[in-house]
Amino acid sequence: MGLLSDPVRRRALARLVLRLNAPLCVLSYVAGIAWFLALVFPPLTQRTYMSENAMGSTMVEEQFAGGDRARAFARDFAAHRKKSGALPVAWLERTMRSVGLEVYTQSFSRKLPFPDETHERYMVSGTNVYGILRAPRAASTESLVLTVPCGSDSTNSQAVGLLLALAAHFRGQIYWAKDIVFLVTEHDLLGTEAWLEAYHDVNVTGMQSSPLQGRAGAIQAAVALELSSDVVTSLDVAVEGLNGQLPNLDLLNLFQTFCQKGGLLCTLQGKLQPEDWTSLDGPLQGLQTLLLMVLRQASGRPHGSHGLFLRYRVEALTLRGINSFRQYKYDLVAVGKALEGMFRKLNHLLERLHQSFFLYLLPGLSRFVSIGLYMPAVGFLLLVLGLKALELWMQLHEAGMGLEEPGGAPGPSVPLPPSQAMGLALYVLPVLGQHVATQHFPVAEAEAVVLTLLAIYAAGLALPHNTHRPLSYRVVSTQAPDRGWMALKLVALIYLALQLGCIALTNFSLGFLLATTMVPTAALAKPHGPRTLYAALLVLTSPAATLLGSLFLWRELQEAPLSLAEGWQLFLAALAQGVLEHHTYGALLFPLLSLGLYPCWLLFWNVLFWK
Amino acid sequence: MAAPLVLVLVVAVTVRAALFRSSLAEFISERVEVVSPLSSWKRVVEGLSLLDLGVSPYSGAVFHETPLIIYLFHFLIDYAELVFMITDALTAIALYFAIQDFNKVVFKKQKLLLELDQYAPDVAELIRTPMEMRYIPLKVALLQCFPQCYFSCLSDIPVSVPTHLVCPRTPLSPPAAVHTCENEEQSLLDLFLGVCHDVCGKPSGNHLPLLLPSQLLGFHPRSLWLYINVFFYTIPLAIKLKEHPIFFMFIQIAVIAIFKSYPTVGDVALYMAFFPVWNHLYRFLRNIFVLTCIIIVCSLLFPVLWHLWIYAGSANSNFFYAITLTFNVGQILLISDYFYAFLRREYYLTHGLYLTAKDGTEAMLVLK
Repeated sequence: MGLLSDPVRRRALARLVLRLNAPLCVLSYVAGIAWFLALVFPPLTQRTYMSENAMGSTMVEEQFAGGDRARAFARDFAAHRKKSGALPVAWLERTMRSVGLEVYTQSFSRKLPFPDETHERYMVSGTNVYGILRAPRAASTESLVLTVPCGSDSTNSQAVGLLLALAAHFRGQIYWAKDIVFLVTEHDLLGTEAWLEAYHDVNVTGMQSSPLQGRAGAIQAAVALELSSDVVTSLDVAVEGLNGQLPNLDLLNLFQTFCQKGGLLCTLQGKLQPEDWTSLDGPLQGLQTLLLMVLRQASGRPHGSHGLFLRYRVEALTLRGINSFRQYKYDLVAVGKALEGMFRKLNHLLERLHQSFFLYLLPGLSRFVSIGLYMPAVGFLLLVLGLKALELWMQLHEAGMGLEEPGGAPGPSVPLPPSQAMGLALYVLPVLGQHVATQHFPVAEAEAVVLTLLAIYAAGLALPHNTHRPLSYRVVSTQAPDRGWMALKLVALIYLALQLGCIALTNFSLGFLLATTMVPTAALAKPHGPRTLYAALLVLTSPAATLLGSLFLWRELQEAPLSLAEGWQLFLAALAQGVLEHHTYGALLFPLLSLGLYPCWLLFWNVLFWK
Repeated sequence: MAAPLVLVLVVAVTVRAALFRSSLAEFISERVEVVSPLSSWKRVVEGLSLLDLGVSPYSGAVFHETPLIIYLFHFLIDYAELVFMITDALTAIALYFAIQDFNKVVFKKQKLLLELDQYAPDVAELIRTPMEMRYIPLKVALLQCFPQCYFSCLSDIPVSVPTHLVCPRTPLSPPAAVHTCENEEQSLLDLFLGVCHDVCGKPSGNHLPLLLPSQLLGFHPRSLWLYINVFFYTIPLAIKLKEHPIFFMFIQIAVIAIFKSYPTVGDVALYMAFFPVWNHLYRFLRNIFVLTCIIIVCSLLFPVLWHLWIYAGSANSNFFYAITLTFNVGQILLISDYFYAFLRREYYLTHGLYLTAKDGTEAMLVLK
């Protein structure tokens, strides 16, 4: 503790912090960004490897040959579905029973908080159908799930056919030690959420569902399948789940092993992986993949049914069949064999997947970056906030005794409650007030919600003019007229650092993205200097603008750039989806931004317009 | 002074009643930062039901309270909520009067020493005035009521006798003894403080997470070294602070809260409630910014890392334990900072505020 108690060293440290503050901050910020960009290069990125012994040492011989049967089932399913318009529950039940499974159904219904424009639904009700294949000699304590989400926009009939054919094949084997649940859900993610909640006997999202009649034990792993054609050229895998949670890396390694074994092409984000990481091309493409993964993880959306399984600690992946213009095509047998291999290996598990990484970034399908190597990037960014806060504290101390009491003079804390109240209004009012808005304005409910969001967001910008009036009656200390805004900025910096730190721990991508944009302008905000420039910068880095910017970046990286008008439309749709997902699945992006980061950003706005 | 105290008590009771009936009650009573095996209400209920069935409550390592608690709550189980609220209110009142008496003693002593010319000539700004000391008892009562009510009222029993199973009251008796010798009429005050810590004490302060049962209450040699810490400091502190027993008691309570097994938020709240009494030391605190940041950051990270460990399954216990240790370090540094500030003020009082070295430049005080 010499540093904290020795006065000589303290004085030296204080001088260092005060004099070299700006260069240190800039250096730290650049170091953070540079570290992130360096993540794609070989020492920081490693090849993936199978960590779980139970899945690595044995090889299986796949015997699935039910391609024709799968196609027949698929055609039947598609026909029945077209006839009935919804999921053909009776047909599914009959077929699953004929294949030899224990069949159960579950009905669910949900009234969304406001109509969903992208999926065109408001009052959703449907039925899930699932069949359980009981392990012949085990006690039904553990299970695996193969799920096919059927929505109204994606019929997914080939996947249903493959599911049934696999069920028929699996039924004839004797080596299953875990039960296998074959789940077909309606209204894709909503049905999956209803099934999962009923299975685990919780109710986190307000879904009304009938209780499950049959269960199969603790789910060890799940695979979600989406196929849209009879032949595929490659299988695409999606890992990002709800709130940025990721499955255990071993599951991804398993998928890759079996694709390689069967000669099946596997892709990540629709693109083939570069083989050559020594020259510059590999890392550059890796950077593109990494940035896309960061954006997808930061959005906190479940990119597939698997995303909802992760919340219940069930490792899950979504496999999508892609039918592109490649010449060599694989039929359903190849896909079925890959799935059979995966399930057989998962059958060997003695305990839950825990050996490999849970928190990682993927520059490529066979390359990963572990948390220990990517965390310093956000650490450097938050160090900027810490340095700035320390400098402000020392300046306040020099100016005059610092804050007299921990509560501080009333001045700096005046903008805190209004900012927090604006955040609360942003969270609560749009959904609550949508009916009032539709009565007075000629807009649909979804538009009303989005427009109310934007209106409240913009209204917060007018806050400084209202909160500063009571201050003008207070006696301003003549010794240090800057004390007020410096104290407020200190509090705001600590608040921002705390929030970004907590966010980065649970969802690194979101924390990093927000830190990249908000940290520089937060450090720069002050009432003196070019006010319009700072104001413009602050608005450009506010949470909503970050969202808009990341949408453009996302489409740019996918090589489908947006025009301004399209981008704006997409932004509005993303806002609506964000609010909706918070209410239907419990996604945390909307509450974090509205209740946490927006009030914090408003504090900096208040600092900028301090009188 | 009575009216603000009554207002504080009324508001505190209302908030507690509201919290008891809200949906937060169940959520908070499950949190590990608030409930520990030494102080969990669920375990008391478990022990009571075992007693009703005729089985010894101590069979099975669930119940860790004293027999007095069992018999007390046997009759009061239906009024548990009321008992908690009344005890909390009584604690606040007791602290209020205790601190008021203490302030009177301090002021009298200060006047005596001024008249005896014990103070250096230029320490006028260090002398405490009745004006600034007027609201301290109220602030202490306030701080005692509110943090504890948010967290502890729902989950722990407001009796700290069980929490002193391993850390008995002996560390608190030296300050009690010293204080009694010094000032007979103040022995009542000291009794108040001692009893308050016992009767109201919210359980433990630190966030040592769940140890194995054998390590917990057993006299496992490794854990013995940690517990001995509680006793180590008593005698040296008693020697150094023999003229300031209340400050000694404050430090001792803090040390007990830090080195306790199964600490919870309640213990931290207990000694932090005493901070307004030492407000005048604020200008001598050196690291208050860093320490406040450490403590706030750790408090916020507790639930995040708990979530990551238990619910997301991605982190492991090491993350949570690391934050526990950091929180402890922060607390230790805070207490040592207060101690340093206290000693420094005493030094200034007797040697003058503006010290010059032999060549006339401003001198620096170094703690050796």
